[in-house]
Amino acid sequence: MSDHEDIGRLPVRKTYKLYVGGAFPRSESGRSYPVTATDGSLLAHAAQASRKDVRDAVVAARKAVAGWSGATAYNRGQVLYRVAEMLEGRREQFASEVAAAEGIPREQAAKQVDAATDRWVYYAGWADKFAQVAGSTDPVAGPYFAFSLPEPTGVVGVLAPQESSLLGLVSVLAPVLTTGNTAVVVASETRPLPAISLAEVLATSDLPGGVVNVITGVTAELAPWLASHRDVNALDLTGAAPGERAALQRAAAENVKRVYVPRDLDWQRDPGTSRLSPFVEIKTVWHPIGI
Amino acid sequence: MAPRFEYAPAPESRDIARLKPSYQIFVDGAFRDGSGESIKTINPADETPLAEVSEAGPSDVDDAVDSARRAFDGVWGRLPGRERGKYLFRIARAIQERARELAVLESLDNGKPIRESRDVDIPLAAAHFFYYAGWADKLSHAGFGAGPRPVGVAGQVIPWNFPLLMASWKLAPALACGNTVVLKPAETTPLSALVLAEILAAADLPPGVVNVLAGGPAIGAALVAHEGLDKVAFTGSTEVGRTIQRTLAGTGRRLTLELGGKAANIVFDDAPIDQAVEGIVNGIFFNQGQVCCAGSRLLVQESVADEIVTALQRRLSTLRVGDPLDKNTDVGAINSAAQLAKIRELSQSGEQEGARRWSPDCDLPDRGYWFAPTIFTDVSPANRIAREEIFGPVLSVLTFRTPAEAVEKANNTPYGLSAGVWTEKGSRILWMAQRLRAGVVWANTFNRFDPTAPFGGYKESGFGREGGRHGLEAYLDV
Repeated sequence: MSDHEDIGRLPVRKTYKLYVGGAFPRSESGRSYPVTATDGSLLAHAAQASRKDVRDAVVAARKAVAGWSGATAYNRGQVLYRVAEMLEGRREQFASEVAAAEGIPREQAAKQVDAATDRWVYYAGWADKFAQVAGSTDPVAGPYFAFSLPEPTGVVGVLAPQESSLLGLVSVLAPVLTTGNTAVVVASETRPLPAISLAEVLATSDLPGGVVNVITGVTAELAPWLASHRDVNALDLTGAAPGERAALQRAAAENVKRVYVPRDLDWQRDPGTSRLSPFVEIKTVWHPIGI
Repeated sequence: MAPRFEYAPAPESRDIARLKPSYQIFVDGAFRDGSGESIKTINPADETPLAEVSEAGPSDVDDAVDSARRAFDGVWGRLPGRERGKYLFRIARAIQERARELAVLESLDNGKPIRESRDVDIPLAAAHFFYYAGWADKLSHAGFGAGPRPVGVAGQVIPWNFPLLMASWKLAPALACGNTVVLKPAETTPLSALVLAEILAAADLPPGVVNVLAGGPAIGAALVAHEGLDKVAFTGSTEVGRTIQRTLAGTGRRLTLELGGKAANIVFDDAPIDQAVEGIVNGIFFNQGQVCCAGSRLLVQESVADEIVTALQRRLSTLRVGDPLDKNTDVGAINSAAQLAKIRELSQSGEQEGARRWSPDCDLPDRGYWFAPTIFTDVSPANRIAREEIFGPVLSVLTFRTPAEAVEKANNTPYGLSAGVWTEKGSRILWMAQRLRAGVVWANTFNRFDPTAPFGGYKESGFGREGGRHGLEAYLDV
């Protein structure tokens, strides 16, 4: 029975808004833009974020750094695992949204959702292991104990992949969070709806508000503000058009940002630690040994 | 004030440096005159010329990069790690053999006390080659996957504050991983890198694996922008680092930056005062404070501030400032007239902005570039001397009341290279270490360096690490 025949009840449509500081505001600019399926039919109007929205998102992300990076790795792992549980529960919804956004058969979309959920589980498990893999004790030539460990770099600006609306998004976002960073994500410009639904998952997963902020709109308009923002520590250029990367990298030099330019966009492949190490700082601590 | 002990002069002989009248650039395995200017490198301690140095021109940069590319494709990139390692071991040994000569040469060209060049710079330079030599055939165990590949040709630009040590920090990991290099030492301190080139040649390192170009900022800029490079590594100011990051934007070439700092050295009221004072002095007066990780902002807990400042003044009165070649010298010459002018200008701004300036009585030599050890008290966090990197023997003293305030003040800077914590309380050390946004945290010590320990910055102090297993990453295609 289709919706049209069910004259007894009108379906409730969703308003897709931004996700900033744990809340779902509209763009402060009041703008929105039509999001269409690959066949051109209208899916929804998404918020078209502005420079001000980007800045608000950075403020929210900065505010969340102390709590999230200060949480125990076990706690972060559990919160992130909770996200996977929520994803699994919304499997059908995401499959429909991904199918509509990417113009692929529903079955194929469901596989993408499963892969995205599994990827989230993969990164959840890294939370309390990466420091052991990436850290070290340093056998210095003297009476000192020295050790080195990875720490989150802080606020990471993420330009989500334009094509893969959920699996790609999850693959770039989860590794940033696992190591304790907070994120401002610019969703795929033409396929932003699964990103906002993911934000709903995050909002109901014990992830503190502000740890992830999702912005929708025109990537080329928003990315330069993120790249030049002095309170953003690192930038992931995955979703930037190749022709725009150089300008964004130049803007990022303003405060010597770490800039990640991916070489591999095959989201099916095992990512290993390739997306974990770009967003951490190695800190080395020395102390004398003596009596 | 403390009694001043008189010491008889104990100068190291400058003949040990085996200074030559002129030095040439090293390209494709041979020494030759560069196509740039010929300049005189001078002794900053007395402004006398040390030697003539033939500088590289743009065509030499092309030649050196071409040579490095040929060496990478033809020999070095294919050589088994075991063989590369043996070259590096040879180099480490040769530096040790010529350690005394290199130490005197370094003190002459840089102005640093012989005690430091002899006990720190040169031994650490050898240690870096020795450490990375052993990695060359073990890279599959470094945590970057099986059989990691080198990046290719690296352009490396290094500063004047630790000339040979910086050359070693840059060269050793690059060569161990199978890369070839074009190295540009700083214009005011080219000699030890050019003698290192002699050592490389004597070690039979294949031509082109390392090229050394003397030259100024223009040659540095030409090198880092060169399209034949795969990788650029720079140590120097944040200002220049930012320019290099912009230059490399969109090129796909890899970059690591080790830039400026404004480290907080934090002393709590329970710290062992005598040890802390030694640490503070080492933190800011080591190498005349011309150290990117220098502890240039002293944060003292309010209750012990007067005691610490008095003890510091007493200790500074015993520092021996003078002839870098004298084995009793604690503080040597500033490296250049330009650097001295910068230190003077910032110190004047400290006075103008209301901070109180203090230096011990000390007779500075008439000739050369000298600056007395200086302490500023009553410093406000907004003062330039509390915010800008001075890169000289100038300490700014600020106070705090609570650990949280100490963290807040320490992190209130765009830099994030190093920090120091002095307290007897272990849990507080770890609490502080967790919160300080800096790449190196020294607890109850300061300015310790080791080839096994990664070094590098947070925030605008740059990105990437040098030293340790982590230092390999920048030179592997991972």
